[in-house]
Formats: sequence, structure tokens, C-alpha cells
Amino acid sequence: MNPLLQVKGIEKRYGARIGCRDVSFDLYPSEVMGIVGESGSGKSTLLNCMAGHLQPDAGQVIFDTRADGPVDTVTMSEPERRMLSRTDWAFVHQHARDGLRVTISAGGNIGERLMAVGERHYGAIRGRAIDWLGRVEIDETRVDDRPSAFSGGMQQRLQIARNLVTGPRLVFMDEPTGGLDVSVQARLLDLLRGLVREMGLSAVIVTHDLAVVRLLADRLMVMKDGHVVEAGLTDQVLDDPQHAYTQLLVSSVLQV
Amino acid sequence: MIELKDVSKCFTLHNQGGAVIPVLQGASLNVAAGECVALTGASGVGKSTLMRVIYGNYLTASGQVLVGGLDVAKAEPREILALRRETIGYVSQFLRVVPRVPTLEVVAEPLLAVGCDRQAALDKAAEMLARLNIPERLWSLSPTTFSGGEQQRVNIARGFAHPYPAMLLDEPTASLDPHNRETVLSLIERAKAHGAAIVGIFHDIEARNRICDREIDVSEFTPGMAA
Repeated sequence: MNPLLQVKGIEKRYGARIGCRDVSFDLYPSEVMGIVGESGSGKSTLLNCMAGHLQPDAGQVIFDTRADGPVDTVTMSEPERRMLSRTDWAFVHQHARDGLRVTISAGGNIGERLMAVGERHYGAIRGRAIDWLGRVEIDETRVDDRPSAFSGGMQQRLQIARNLVTGPRLVFMDEPTGGLDVSVQARLLDLLRGLVREMGLSAVIVTHDLAVVRLLADRLMVMKDGHVVEAGLTDQVLDDPQHAYTQLLVSSVLQV
Repeated sequence: MIELKDVSKCFTLHNQGGAVIPVLQGASLNVAAGECVALTGASGVGKSTLMRVIYGNYLTASGQVLVGGLDVAKAEPREILALRRETIGYVSQFLRVVPRVPTLEVVAEPLLAVGCDRQAALDKAAEMLARLNIPERLWSLSPTTFSGGEQQRVNIARGFAHPYPAMLLDEPTASLDPHNRETVLSLIERAKAHGAAIVGIFHDIEARNRICDREIDVSEFTPGMAA
């Protein structure tokens, strides 16, 4: 089996400061990789470099495309990368508003991504939008409402529906449960886990919440000061942390 | 099926002055298919640590941990994930689940993970839950709110749903009433009869004598305590 994504020696600098440096890993189909670290550790920089939102200063992000096999997405042309981010890739932002158009309806938000890949039949688009609203547990009577009238948790679920409607193979998520109530978080985690399994998705999830990675991620990378200090199976890293920073992180979690 | 060769394990506590605590040294054992081995020794001697080493939950400092031919001590994460899906099951003392997921789904999950048809997996899960006397009205609820004994039985139903050729059991009969204890023991016997290699911790001496073919005293592997 070939890796779906190969990240090789990614480095990003902000002037003299290091965003992230020397990050390499392979992600295989259906694997979920978690990236944890405190704010400023470079995890979001890394995610944005992988997803093509930031241009890395060094390194390769090789994606196994359906048509041409493994291709370095860093050196790919802009239109090609855009096409990839509309079809095989998805990006779930921490703030749902960054990933939604708040001035168009919920159904329109989902339909837009379908139209971007060539779907034109209004009935078909609306039908799939309603189907996806159901899958993310939003009542179909809300299809014509604007997301600005939705709660935070609903907006996040709508963002996920918008991203997954085109059947991507790789999803990047930046703190998908950040800023949500714990009850809403649990519902979202359950939803994400189900979708990951049903659709055979691969995902890279950035979070600072260790409970979230324990439930969602198969593998874990721990970042500090732009470097990966430890990586391995999620339960192994959390139960038998090797690096001083990981030990500090794990022992700092409050028990409920 | 499960073979350990000269395994050692220590914990380095960086946040407590870099204290190094050796827990296992020279641990070797061999468990064949259809055999059940009990780990014995006082609390804190390293029984659970040894099980976690076999499951790949703890890293090893040195030695080989072979499960179904794969050296867990050196394997890639995805190889261990595949091993856990197909080959090795671990029934721990604690049930860890995603909130909100119904009990039936929790039990069916290992079957779905090996690509079992959804309906077949749910049917098998229902059969396991019924065997372990979890009332049907609870199946659609999340086990997070269940009593300790019920959670333990859900955990066992989940652990035995898929016929793993290697199994790790951490006190499977703890906190069970005699009737359920009997059910669990018969499940273990059935797994053995089907050729599973089993490593277990049983504080229940009667259960240990009935199920296990031999005992391994883990204190022999404890650094500084070897006789």
C-alpha cells in the first residue's frame, strides 16, 4: 500500500523565527494523525503548509493523486492545487465562519462545493445538500437558513458537511472542536469518527486537546518550538511518553 | 503465537529529576496457540506493564516482542494498528469509549474494523451482549452511564466479539457476580478451544486454576528482585 501523503522535511520561517522545521511523516489511507502542542508550537503553521495555505521554505508534500499518482503539491501549479483542495482535500477551520459563506443559505454552502466540481442540476444539488444536512444532524427545514442564524456547533457541523460532500480522501482539521461546549464536542467527535470510518477518510487533526486525539487519532505527533519531539501510536505516546515535554503535557491534564 | 525474548522496560521521569525506574528485565516467555498463561506476582511487580508491552501500548527498552511473527518492539504504528485489528485483543479493566455511542455499536466496532458486514456485526454484538446478560433496553444507550460491573461486561463482549488468535486479559472476572463470572470463563475456554493464545492476570485463584495451563511469576523479571 502506498502512503496517501508523504511529508518530507517541511520548514517554514517567519523572518528569523522558526514556524516549523524538519517535519517528515507518511500518512496511509484511512489513517488519522493527530498533532498536539501548545499554542505557538508550530502545529497550525505545519497544517497550513501541508494544505497549501502557506508556502513552505523547504520540503515536499507529496500526495497520491487519483490521476497521476504521487505529486509534490508544493511545486504544483496554483490551479492544480486549487482543484485538489476542492476535490480530494478538505479543510475544516477552527472558526466555522472561516470555512463558510455566511451570506448564503446552508444548502447553498454545501451546494457550492458540488458546483465547483461541475455539478449543475439544481434538484440533484439540493437533494445532496439535504442528505448531508441529515448526516451532520441538522434538520432539513434549515436548508434555506443562513449559517449566521446557526449556533456555533451547528455551524461547525455545516462546515464539515460542506467539506465532505465531494467525497475527499484527505481532511485537514484545525482544532475542529475548539470553542465548543463539551456536550457539542462529544457529538461532533462521534460524528467525525463515524464519517472517518464510513468514508475511509484519512485525516490530519491539529488540536491541543489530548482527549480529542485519544478518541480520534490512530497516530500522534507532539510539537514544541516548531519541532516534532515525539511521534508514535496515540495510546503509546499518551500512556508511555518518552520526551520531557510530552510527559509534562500528559501529566498536566486535569482529571474530571 | 506470543513470544518475548529478553525484554526490558524502564520509565524515565523527566519531570522528577530524570529518575530512571527499571520495571522489567530479561523478560522471556512463549505462549502457544490454544494455551493460557497466567501472570502472577504481587501488585506493582509489573504484570500490567508486561501486558502493555505485548500490546504495543508501552515501548520496550530492549528485546523482542513477537506477536504472530511481528516484532511489536520495532514495528511501525500502522503495522501495530493492523495487528490490533486482526490478531491481538486486549480486555483491559477499563472501558474507554466515545461519548454518545450506543453500547451495541461499541461492541460491534472491532468487527466493523475487520471489514465485517454491518448487519452481521450488529447481530453478533447483540448475541454477545445477551450472553453477558446486558438487558436489551440498555443496548441503545452509551455505556458511560452504566454500573462498574455492566461496563466490565460490555468490555468483555467487545473483546470477545472478534475471534482474535492472541488475547490479553486483565482481570476479566473482577467485579462480576457468580453467574456472569461463569459466562466469562466459558467464553475464555471457548477462545482457547478455538486456538487463541491467552495471557492473563487473574486474582481470582479458582478461575486461574480452571483456565490457565501454567503460571509465570513476573517478579522473576523485576530488576533487583530476581531470586
